[in-house]
Amino acid sequence: MPKRTTLYEKHLAAGGKMVEFAGYDMPVQYPLGVIGEHMAVRSAAGLFDVSHMGEVVISGAGAMAALQTLLTNDMEGLAQGACRYSPMCNEEGGVVDDLIVYRLGQEKFLLVVNASNREKDVAWMKKWLPEEAVLEDISDDVAELALQGPKAEEILAAVTKGGKAALPGKNYTFLEGVEVAKVQCLVSRTGYTGEDGFEIYCKAAAAPAVWDAVMEAGKGAGLVPCGLGARDTLRLEAGMPLYGHEMDEAITPYEAGLGMFVKPDAKNFTGKAALVGKNPPARRRTAIKVTGRGIAREGCEVYRNGEKVGVVTSGTQLPFVGWPGAMALLDMDAREEGTVLEVDVRGRMVAAEVVKAPFYKRDK
Amino acid sequence: MNIPKELKYTKTHEWVQDTGEGTLRIGLTDYAQHELGDLVFVNLPSEGDGLTAGLAFADVESVKAVSDIYSPVTGTVVAVNEVLLDDPALINSDPYDAWLCVAGDVGETEELLSAEEYEALLAKEG
Repeated sequence: MPKRTTLYEKHLAAGGKMVEFAGYDMPVQYPLGVIGEHMAVRSAAGLFDVSHMGEVVISGAGAMAALQTLLTNDMEGLAQGACRYSPMCNEEGGVVDDLIVYRLGQEKFLLVVNASNREKDVAWMKKWLPEEAVLEDISDDVAELALQGPKAEEILAAVTKGGKAALPGKNYTFLEGVEVAKVQCLVSRTGYTGEDGFEIYCKAAAAPAVWDAVMEAGKGAGLVPCGLGARDTLRLEAGMPLYGHEMDEAITPYEAGLGMFVKPDAKNFTGKAALVGKNPPARRRTAIKVTGRGIAREGCEVYRNGEKVGVVTSGTQLPFVGWPGAMALLDMDAREEGTVLEVDVRGRMVAAEVVKAPFYKRDK
Repeated sequence: MNIPKELKYTKTHEWVQDTGEGTLRIGLTDYAQHELGDLVFVNLPSEGDGLTAGLAFADVESVKAVSDIYSPVTGTVVAVNEVLLDDPALINSDPYDAWLCVAGDVGETEELLSAEEYEALLAKEG
């Protein structure tokens, strides 16, 4: 029996089509559909229930040491009130998970991890945790909502005590104790859609009140509820990798195009030894545009002049740009922009070419 | 759910219309398009291609997945709705107008359901 978030009844009331994902019953889409939801986020705003995501707090005198050991990115300079993305590697240099660190205090950090990896992550982190660090998995007590799109700030400000001034202003910063619909929330200026927006964390039981207030405030601005389907198409169009697709235990951060989040010169971390000499990698995440008729999906093999040069890791029709795109792990010499490729779409060879990532970038 | 009385249906959610000229028009039901979601690509057979009852003859793709469409009859493709190649979303907006192909030389036919029987099938599938 899959778990339910505290917003389950809201999803049913809004006509959400529920599917099991990472052990949760989650809305994949609402009656508007994936494309409509996707476009609403690009032009107005969308509200997502992402309460299935995992939240782990690491605190204590050894907390920073724990993060520095576990994560490939350098957390030393991370200011209180700021967020930082990082892969977490295994000893072979593959990716255990990718996550976002929030610095809550001098010795206290919140880590937001992928829902499907939560239990694995907690076990992995505990294995490497120094004695002076304490780990607490608070996932079941915390709800997370993502409000994304150009109208997100205006909508959230309308239901936040103190309005716009009470919200985090800069990208990848956050504030605690933000009062949204009379609920105490941690609000960060982060997201997974390529748009401006916020991620809102609160006590699980209080999430329905926040959901209702935000939906009501967004009525006139074009806000729609969005499911996992649009979450996936939005992140893909914005060129963002997804765990289990662009990276996994057998794919290094360098191969996943995440080299800028790996800091071997700054510190020691798990997997560092295995990553020596792996940058540049032999293959790397690459954006491709399907120019022929068809849609490249995960697992489709990619060819150049009849020779296999890689495999698709995610692909679909990109709703905003209006053509099919994909991310693929391609041999380094086959990923120059404009390289003509063919993708084996279930036995049919379909023309494609290497393009610059991301497929979509918002005007700032 | 829209289930026109004058059409016949398959258990795999295709509709079949007798054109009255010895051929059959084939499409996807309203239920099917609703379950599939926004369609973004359709792969159709060509005129002259053979059809085999119960085997896939076309496929449609939503943003999330690809799905095969099964032929209700054995026969030959005599017409293809090429408008769908450029605008697969027509299947979502008007599934009973957006036919996929017309079958001629019709031989063996899958078990076809009346509108009432198809409605009962959907009720069972929930």
